[in-house]
Amino acid sequence: MPLITYRDAIRDALREEMIRDDRVLILGEEVGVWGGTYAVTRNLHEEFGGKRVIDTPIAEAAIIGAAIGAAMGGLRPVAELMTINFSLEAMDQIVNNAAKIHYMFGGQIKVPLVIRTPAGWGQLGATHSQSFEAWFAHLPGLIVAMPGTPRDAKGLLKTAIRSENPVMFIEHARLYGLKGEVPEGEYTLPLGVSDIKRGGRDVTIVTYSRMLHVALGAAEELAKEGIECEVVDLRTLRPLDMGPAYESVKKTHRALVVEEDWTTCGMGAEIAARIGRDRFDHLDAPVERLGQVEVPVPYAKNLEALMFPDERMVADRVRKMLS
Amino acid sequence: MNGLSMIAAMLPDGTVDPANDPGLSDGDLLAVHGKMTLLRALDEKGIALQRSGRIGFYVPSTGQEACAVGAGFRLREGDWLFPSYRDHGLALTRGYPLSTLVAQLFGNRSDATRGRQMPNHWCDRNIHLVSVSSPVATQLPHAVGTAYASKLRGEPVAAITTFGDGGTSTGDFHAAMNFAGVFRTPTVFLCENNQYAISVHVTRQTASKSLAVKAQAYGIPGIRVDGNDVLAVCKVVGDALALARSGGGPTLIEAVTYRMGPHSTSDDPTVYRSEEEVEQWRKGDPIRRYAAFLKKRGLLDDEAEDTAQAEAKEAVRQAVSDAEISPPVPVESLFEDVYEEMPRHLAEQRDGLLSGKG
Repeated sequence: MPLITYRDAIRDALREEMIRDDRVLILGEEVGVWGGTYAVTRNLHEEFGGKRVIDTPIAEAAIIGAAIGAAMGGLRPVAELMTINFSLEAMDQIVNNAAKIHYMFGGQIKVPLVIRTPAGWGQLGATHSQSFEAWFAHLPGLIVAMPGTPRDAKGLLKTAIRSENPVMFIEHARLYGLKGEVPEGEYTLPLGVSDIKRGGRDVTIVTYSRMLHVALGAAEELAKEGIECEVVDLRTLRPLDMGPAYESVKKTHRALVVEEDWTTCGMGAEIAARIGRDRFDHLDAPVERLGQVEVPVPYAKNLEALMFPDERMVADRVRKMLS
Repeated sequence: MNGLSMIAAMLPDGTVDPANDPGLSDGDLLAVHGKMTLLRALDEKGIALQRSGRIGFYVPSTGQEACAVGAGFRLREGDWLFPSYRDHGLALTRGYPLSTLVAQLFGNRSDATRGRQMPNHWCDRNIHLVSVSSPVATQLPHAVGTAYASKLRGEPVAAITTFGDGGTSTGDFHAAMNFAGVFRTPTVFLCENNQYAISVHVTRQTASKSLAVKAQAYGIPGIRVDGNDVLAVCKVVGDALALARSGGGPTLIEAVTYRMGPHSTSDDPTVYRSEEEVEQWRKGDPIRRYAAFLKKRGLLDDEAEDTAQAEAKEAVRQAVSDAEISPPVPVESLFEDVYEEMPRHLAEQRDGLLSGKG
């Protein structure tokens, strides 16, 4: 299988779906001539033209609002929010409109909309370094995908574009350059299905997005000590598929959730609660959580470096759970 | 088109200003009167139903019938409607059945939206009537996006969205107007300036000389029309829709009118405005004005007017009695339509709740 970047995998998904279905169009800030702030939509404007790859004025509420309107009107828009931080500007359109229209209007009107947006950080300061996936995963009516590999990103995005439901598709700025194996030719992956990325018998690590790679790195280190971690990649946060994590805990009897977000009311809280309720008899220890330090993300490089779980922290926590 | 001068059609002598004549046939002129009368009867009944505890809430449009009916009369099949919660007249005039509209107030099995939304949130895919979600003016960007879709497909249809004076203060108003101007979408923005956003007067919403004048900043036409002159509204909205359908882009119309009743059944307007002010506007009641115009034209007399009112009341009474006997919404429907297909967790929650083990 060819090795391609997360960015190219997403672009390939967009391009393939735009060729396959002329109702698919892209709109957002800088997505057209410039090709996207993270270069995801590069060259698509040239290939598909300005009517289908649309540079919009800077107004996230109207980008999402117009995309909802376009979806109701029979198109399949893929709206890009430059970063997930800017989704706050569009929150009413996402929460009160995109997520609820199908339900509120008695199933009469569908909103087949994809909102692509990256989480991430990198000396960008408090307002540009956030992870709001838990906010969106809270909402009935939305599907929330957060892929961690090029293969998953491509397969899930293609499914998201074909879905009749609104999908929040959360990418990660620090994964765009990551290379991974991606099947040649047409394939899709189902939304709402978790995936085991590494098998192991001692501890279950449940994670997603960039933290998948931190977890896999820690698992590699721990393997040298004879500790075998099973790494479960959620891939979709709503609907949440707990099946693989539940199966894994039956074997390992220990679970650690690793997320890049603040842990209070985060995905880890939900996952820990579910494992605690549904796999209580299998657990030998409380479900552990590891996430971001609970302060706004600072700009200073030395401080920012302390913010997020890294391989060493994950490995230390696993050792502690086994000690 | 400067957004400051006011367009009117009905002249005091019973004639129509030729420049602003929508050119309706005698039959259509009477049909307009019938719709306005029906709307007034519906509002009276809606408030009475809420006061007697039979429905939970109601938003009347009394005093603004000329806006909704005048505009609705110029909509065609294929056009999209994104009304505010005060524009049931637009839906009724476009062909939304009175019985379905009334059933929505009760939220029972006859309600096309399955008891999911509070009253005044009507939706019908068949006539491209899209409900609001309630927060003010969030439907405006939708009307831009849907219009863009129509334009992309080369369909000669327009999208109309309606909102109040308060809606023009929102970010969505600005962003939607700006998008519509940039992309020249076939969108008609009809602002019904009824002077109040709940209790706050329009002079507290803007320091602008008019609302229509704001269109200039977006590079689109802005028109100010007497919103209590149903023929003038019909004319300017008709022209704006025709312009949009033919590729001429969006228009902002400010219809100057007055909300004669409360904002909703949860409001008491005597707290924030004087009876003298209301009385002044009541003299310009759009239905009375229009009836006087029709009488001068010889199309209506007192007897026919009484008959129209009696028929409207009876139609509403019948719709209410039909809707009221409809059974409750099936409980299992609570879990339907959240997604196109029900995810497993919802099926589990449904089974748990319905078995009493939830």
